[in-house]
Amino acid sequence: MKVLFAAIGNVVKGDVRYYAWLAFLSALIVAGVGAYLQQFDKGLIVTAMRDQVSWGFYIANFTFLVGVAAAAVLLVIPAYLYNFKPIKEIVLFGEMLAITAVTMCILFIMVDLGQPLRVWHLLPVIGRMNFPASILAWDVIVLNGYLAINVLLVLYALYRLSMGKEYKLALIFPLILLSIPWAVSIHTVTAFLYNGLSARPFWNASILAPRFLASAFCSGPALMLIILQLIRRFSKIEIDQKAISKIAELIAYTIGINLFLLGAEVFKEFYSGSIHKAPLEYLFFGLHGNSRLVPWTWMALLFNITAFIIFLIPKTRESFLTLNIGAALIIAGVYIEKGMGLVVPGFIPDTLGEIYEYWPTMQEVIITVGIWAFGALLYTLMVKFALPIYTGGLIGAGKQRS
Amino acid sequence: MSKKIRNNPLGINMDRRLFLKGAAAGLAATALPAAAEAFDMSAFLQKHFREMTEDEIKKVIARLEKEASLEWKKDIHISAAKATPGVKFGYGLDLSRCIGCRKCVYACVSENNQSRSPQVHWISVLRFKKGEKWIDLENSEKYYNPKQVPEKDFFYMPVQCQQCENSPCVKACPTQATWKEPDGIVVIDYNWCIGCRYCMAACPYGARRFNWSKPDIPANELNAETHYLGNRPRYKGVVEKCTFCIQRTRAGKYPACVEICPVGARKFGNLLDPKSEIRYLIENKRVFRLKEDLNTNPKFYYFFAT
Ligand code: SF4
Ligand code: SF4
Repeated sequence: MKVLFAAIGNVVKGDVRYYAWLAFLSALIVAGVGAYLQQFDKGLIVTAMRDQVSWGFYIANFTFLVGVAAAAVLLVIPAYLYNFKPIKEIVLFGEMLAITAVTMCILFIMVDLGQPLRVWHLLPVIGRMNFPASILAWDVIVLNGYLAINVLLVLYALYRLSMGKEYKLALIFPLILLSIPWAVSIHTVTAFLYNGLSARPFWNASILAPRFLASAFCSGPALMLIILQLIRRFSKIEIDQKAISKIAELIAYTIGINLFLLGAEVFKEFYSGSIHKAPLEYLFFGLHGNSRLVPWTWMALLFNITAFIIFLIPKTRESFLTLNIGAALIIAGVYIEKGMGLVVPGFIPDTLGEIYEYWPTMQEVIITVGIWAFGALLYTLMVKFALPIYTGGLIGAGKQRS
Repeated sequence: MSKKIRNNPLGINMDRRLFLKGAAAGLAATALPAAAEAFDMSAFLQKHFREMTEDEIKKVIARLEKEASLEWKKDIHISAAKATPGVKFGYGLDLSRCIGCRKCVYACVSENNQSRSPQVHWISVLRFKKGEKWIDLENSEKYYNPKQVPEKDFFYMPVQCQQCENSPCVKACPTQATWKEPDGIVVIDYNWCIGCRYCMAACPYGARRFNWSKPDIPANELNAETHYLGNRPRYKGVVEKCTFCIQRTRAGKYPACVEICPVGARKFGNLLDPKSEIRYLIENKRVFRLKEDLNTNPKFYYFFAT
C-alpha cells in the first residue's frame, strides 16, 4: 500500500524538464479541447470533410493508432512464451503503450461522431448494437476488450512488482494467451471495417488486412524503440541492448513484408488496369489534375525503403544514430501510408465518380494535436507511476519516506 | 438562426455564444461540454424507434412537434404511419426522357425539408457526354450549368437512394439506426443515429447526406406535413437520404419528384401488384439497375422507353 502511495507521490515529483513537459502537453490539450468545443457547437462543418469524403484526418489517426496498439503483441509473445529475458523486462512499457494508443483511438472516434452524446447507442444491452452484422460493432468490442486485457496485465504486473516479487505466469497465463490473438484481431477487424465495403474498390481488396498487420508491425515496435531509449535515458532502468537489437531485427522483416505486399497491390491494380485503379492512381500520380496526396505518397515510400535498408544492414541497425533515424522514418512512413493514404483515397473518386480533394482544416489539426498531447501525457504519467515500482526503488525507500 | 436553446427542462435560457465564452474561461470547471448544446434529458434517453410502444411513440412525437413549433413558430405534424401490408415500393426512371432540368432535385428539397444552407440535395443528376463511356460514372458531371436543357451532346442520369433490398448501409450501421421497412423503404431514426458515417462509406450510390452543420430551413418554406422516418426536421450531426417520400407514399400519393417531372421520366408503384405500372415497365422495357455486380438488389430501375 505504502508503495502505491509513494508511487502516486512520485508522479507529481520531478525536475524542471518534467514540469515543462507536462505544462507543454497541457497547453496543447487545452487548445484541443477549446477547438473541440467549437466543433461541438457548430458541427463537423468546421472540418474539411464533406459528403464526398466523409471520413478524414480523425479516422486516419485512429487507423494508425490501432496499428500501434496491436504491435504491443510483438513484445508480449517472446516475453511471456519464450521467457526471453531482456524483452520481458520491457514488455510492461509495450502494454502501457497499447493502453495509451487504444485510449487515443477511442478519443479519435468520439471527436469524429456527429452526435457524441448518443455514443451509448452502440453499446450492447443499453443501446442497440448491430452485432454481428456491423463490423464497426465488432471493432467496438475488440478495442474495448483489448484495452481491458492490457489494463489488467499492467495492473497485475505492477502489483506483483510492488510486492517485491517477480510477476508469475501461471496466474495470468490464460489472459496473456488471449491477448495475443486479440491484438491481431483489433487490427484485422479494423482492416475489415474498410475491407468489407464493396462500394469502395480501393479498400475492397483482400490484401488490405495483411498489409494492415505488416505495417503495424513496422511502426509499433519502432515507436517502442524510441520510447525505450528515452526511458533508459531519463531513468535508472537498464534496458538491455540485446532487447533493442532484437526489436530492430524484427522491424527489418516486417518492413520487407510490407513493401512486398504494397508491390503486389500496385502490380495488380496497374497491370490489370481496370477503372478500380483510380484511387491508387490518385495516390501515386494524381487524378485529373488533383494531386494533393502525391508528394506525401512518394515521401512515405521513400521513408519506408530507406528504413528498410537501415534495419536490414546489421551495422546501421546497431548504430544508435542510424537506428533512430530508421525508426523515425518508418513511423512517419507508416503514419502517412496507413493514415491519410489509406482513408482518403477510399473516397476519391467517390461512388458517383466525383473528385473532392480533402485536406484537414486548422480546427481538425488542433483537435488532433490535442489528442496526441493527451496520449503523450497519459503515457508519461503512467511511466512515471510505474518506473519506481518497476525498479523496486520504492520498496526500501517507502519506509524511509513515511 | 435562432440562438435560443430549443427545449430545456430547467427553463434556463442562455445565449449559446455567451455560454461558450464562459466555458472557455473556466474550461477546467466545465465537466460537461454537453451543456453548450440544448440538453434535454428525455431526448437524450429516447429509445430506438422500433423499441418504443405506441404510447411512447406518441409521447416522443408530441415532444418533437412542440420543439419544432417553438423553433419555426408554426404547427408541424409528425406522422408515424406504418407500412401497408402487401406493398413493396419500386421506382422507375426513363433515361430516354430525362432532360436534366433538376426540377426533381428542388421539389425534393422543399418537400423533404433539406437544409438550404449549406445546401443538401438527396437527388444528384449526373450529366454524361454522348458517345463516351459512361457507366463507370467517372466522366460524369454533377455541377453542369447550361443556359438551357436538354443540351444537344449530353444525356442525364439522376441518382438517389436506390432502396437496396440487400442494403450495405443497413448492414454497416453499428447502432441499427437505419433499417429496411416492410414496404422496402430504407429509413433512418434521426434520434438514434450517432453520426459515425459508416453507412456513407458503405453506400455504393452516394445517396446518403450528413448534416455537417445545423440544417437551415426558413420557417415559411418548412413543409409541416412530415413523417417521423422521413422529412421531419433533422438535427446537426445525423445522416439523411431519400425515403421515397415516405410521408406521401404511405398516404397514397406519389413521391414529389415523380409528380414534378415535366417529361414524365419518373415512375413509381407497388412491386407486389402485378398490374402496377412499375411491374409493366420491368417486364416490358429494357431495364437495368446501377452497379448490379455489387448484388445490392436495388428497387430503383433505370429503363429506356423509346
Ligand atoms: S442506395 Fe445507399 S442509402 Fe440507399 S439503400 Fe442502397 S446503400 Fe442504402
Ligand atoms: S451515421 Fe447514423 S445511420 Fe449511419 S451508420 Fe452511423 S449511426 Fe448508422
